[in-house]
Amino acid sequence: MSIRMDKEWLPFTPEQVADAPGHMGVYQIADADRQLLDIGRAGGGTRFGLRGELTQALERWGDRGRYFRFEVNLGYWSRHQELLMLALHDHGHLPEGCSEEQAAQLGRISPHPGNDGAARPSSRTV
Amino acid sequence: MDFKLDEEQQAVVDNVRRFVREEVVPLEMGLDPDADELPHEDFKRLSDKVRAMGLYALDVPEEFGGPGLDLVTRAAMAFEMSQHRAGLYAPCYGTFGGVGLLHLFSGSEEQKKKYLEPLLRGELTSFFALTEPSGGSDPARAIETRAVQDGDEWVLNGSKLYISGADKADFGITFARTGSEKSRDNITCFIIESGWPGFHVRRVVHTMRSSHYATELQYENLRVPAANVLGEVGKGFSLASGSLLRERLPYAALSLGPAIRAQEMCIQWIKDRHVFGAPLASKQAIQWMIVDNEMDIRQARWVVLDAAQKADRGEPFRMEAAMAKLAATEAAGRVVDRAIQIHGGAGVTKDFPFERWYRELRIRRIGEGPSEVQRLIMARELIGGSFK
Repeated sequence: MSIRMDKEWLPFTPEQVADAPGHMGVYQIADADRQLLDIGRAGGGTRFGLRGELTQALERWGDRGRYFRFEVNLGYWSRHQELLMLALHDHGHLPEGCSEEQAAQLGRISPHPGNDGAARPSSRTV
Repeated sequence: MDFKLDEEQQAVVDNVRRFVREEVVPLEMGLDPDADELPHEDFKRLSDKVRAMGLYALDVPEEFGGPGLDLVTRAAMAFEMSQHRAGLYAPCYGTFGGVGLLHLFSGSEEQKKKYLEPLLRGELTSFFALTEPSGGSDPARAIETRAVQDGDEWVLNGSKLYISGADKADFGITFARTGSEKSRDNITCFIIESGWPGFHVRRVVHTMRSSHYATELQYENLRVPAANVLGEVGKGFSLASGSLLRERLPYAALSLGPAIRAQEMCIQWIKDRHVFGAPLASKQAIQWMIVDNEMDIRQARWVVLDAAQKADRGEPFRMEAAMAKLAATEAAGRVVDRAIQIHGGAGVTKDFPFERWYRELRIRRIGEGPSEVQRLIMARELIGGSFK
C-alpha cells in the first residue's frame, strides 16, 4: 500500500462533491496547478461524512480549489496525521488550509528514499 | 480474602470517579469519537485539578515526586480512570501524568539528570522500542538489531516495528544485540535521541486503534555514546523487571474499566428500552447476558486485586500478574461484545463508546504480552521449567 494518497484528482465542483460518499475518511484539495491547499478528515462525528466535509470545503475555498481526492478510511484519524506528516516532509510546510497548531502537534516521518511502500513483519523463523 | 478498601483508599477512588464523570466525560461530548487528546486549555485545567488532588505522576516512585500509592489503590483507581470513551488507551487523557520509561530509574546519575528529570518535569517526551519485524513476544531470540562498539560509541543498525510515539518523542530506549549468540545475555539497552543522524521514522503503522498509530523505525549507522548504555552491556532485559511486573496490574485494571461502565450502561438501557411490549430487562436472554457480564467483571476484578494485594505484601506475584492481565483483558472483551449485542444497532454506532472499546480491547489481548504468553508464564510457575 502506498503511504501517499494516490487516488485520481477530481474536479472540485458541487456536482462531483455530491457524489462523494457519506463515509468517514480523508481528503485533499488542490489548486489549478494541483498544489495542495488543504488536507482534511471526515471523522465519526461529522454529518454526511466526506460529502458533508467536502461541501463545507467548497464554500471555504471558492474558486481557488480546483481539484479534490479522497479515501474512505475507518482509520481516518491516524491516516490524516500521516498525510499531514508526509506533506511536512515533502514540502517543509503544511498546506495553507492547515493550522499552525496542527503543525506543532505533528510527529516527524522520513519515508525510505525511493520506496513509498512499507516493510512488513517477517515470517522467518528465528 | 477481603478486598474492601479502607477509608483512605475509598476516598481516593471516589475522587477519581467524580473526576472522570464530572470533568472528563462531559468534555468527550464535543470531541471526535476517536480522539485521544484534549484541547490544550482543557488538558491544563484538568491536569491542574489532578495535581491539587495530590495524584499527579501516578507511577513515579515517591522519591522522585510520585504519590507513593500502594498497588491495591492504584488498581482501584485504574478501574475508574478508564471509564470513558478514550479511557482504555488514554485514561483521563493523560492528565494524571506519569512516566513511560521505568527503566530509566535504573540509570546512572548522569542519565537520570539528562533524561529522567526533564522527562518527569514534562520537558522531554520518550518512546520505548523493543519489538522488531521478526517478532515481539520472544525478543531475546527475535532481536536482529545489532550494536557494534567503535571506540567510545556503539553503532546501531536495524529496525523496530509497532513503536508508539517515536515520531514525536525527544528520546527513547531501545534494545540491540551485542553478542553473536541468540540469548537474553546478549541484549543491551541503549538511550537514543530522535534527533541523531541515522535515526529514522520510516512510516506510520495504522491499527484498529484509529486515534493512535504506531511507527516503524530504522537505525542506519546510528552512533550512540557509550555513556548511553542503560544498565550493563548484555543485561538489557534485567533492567527494571520488578517495576515492569508491577505495571502489569494497572494495565489489567484499566482494561476492566470500560467493561464496568458498559455493564452500567447496559442495565440502564434494558430498563428503558421496550421490545414486544415489555422492557428488554424482562427478557431472559438479556438477563443472562447481564449476569454473565457481572461474573466476568467480578472474577477479573478479584484476580487483579488479589495480585495487587500480594505485591503490596511483598510476596512473589509473577503468576498472579500474568493471570490478572489475561483475565481482565479477555473478560472485558466479552463484556463489551455483549454490551454491543444488548444495544443492537445502536451498539455498533459511534454514538456510543462500545465500538471503540471493542476495537481497542481486541488489541489489549495482544499488547504487553499476548494471552498465550501470559498462560506460558503461569504454566512455568505452576509446573516449573520451560520444557524446550
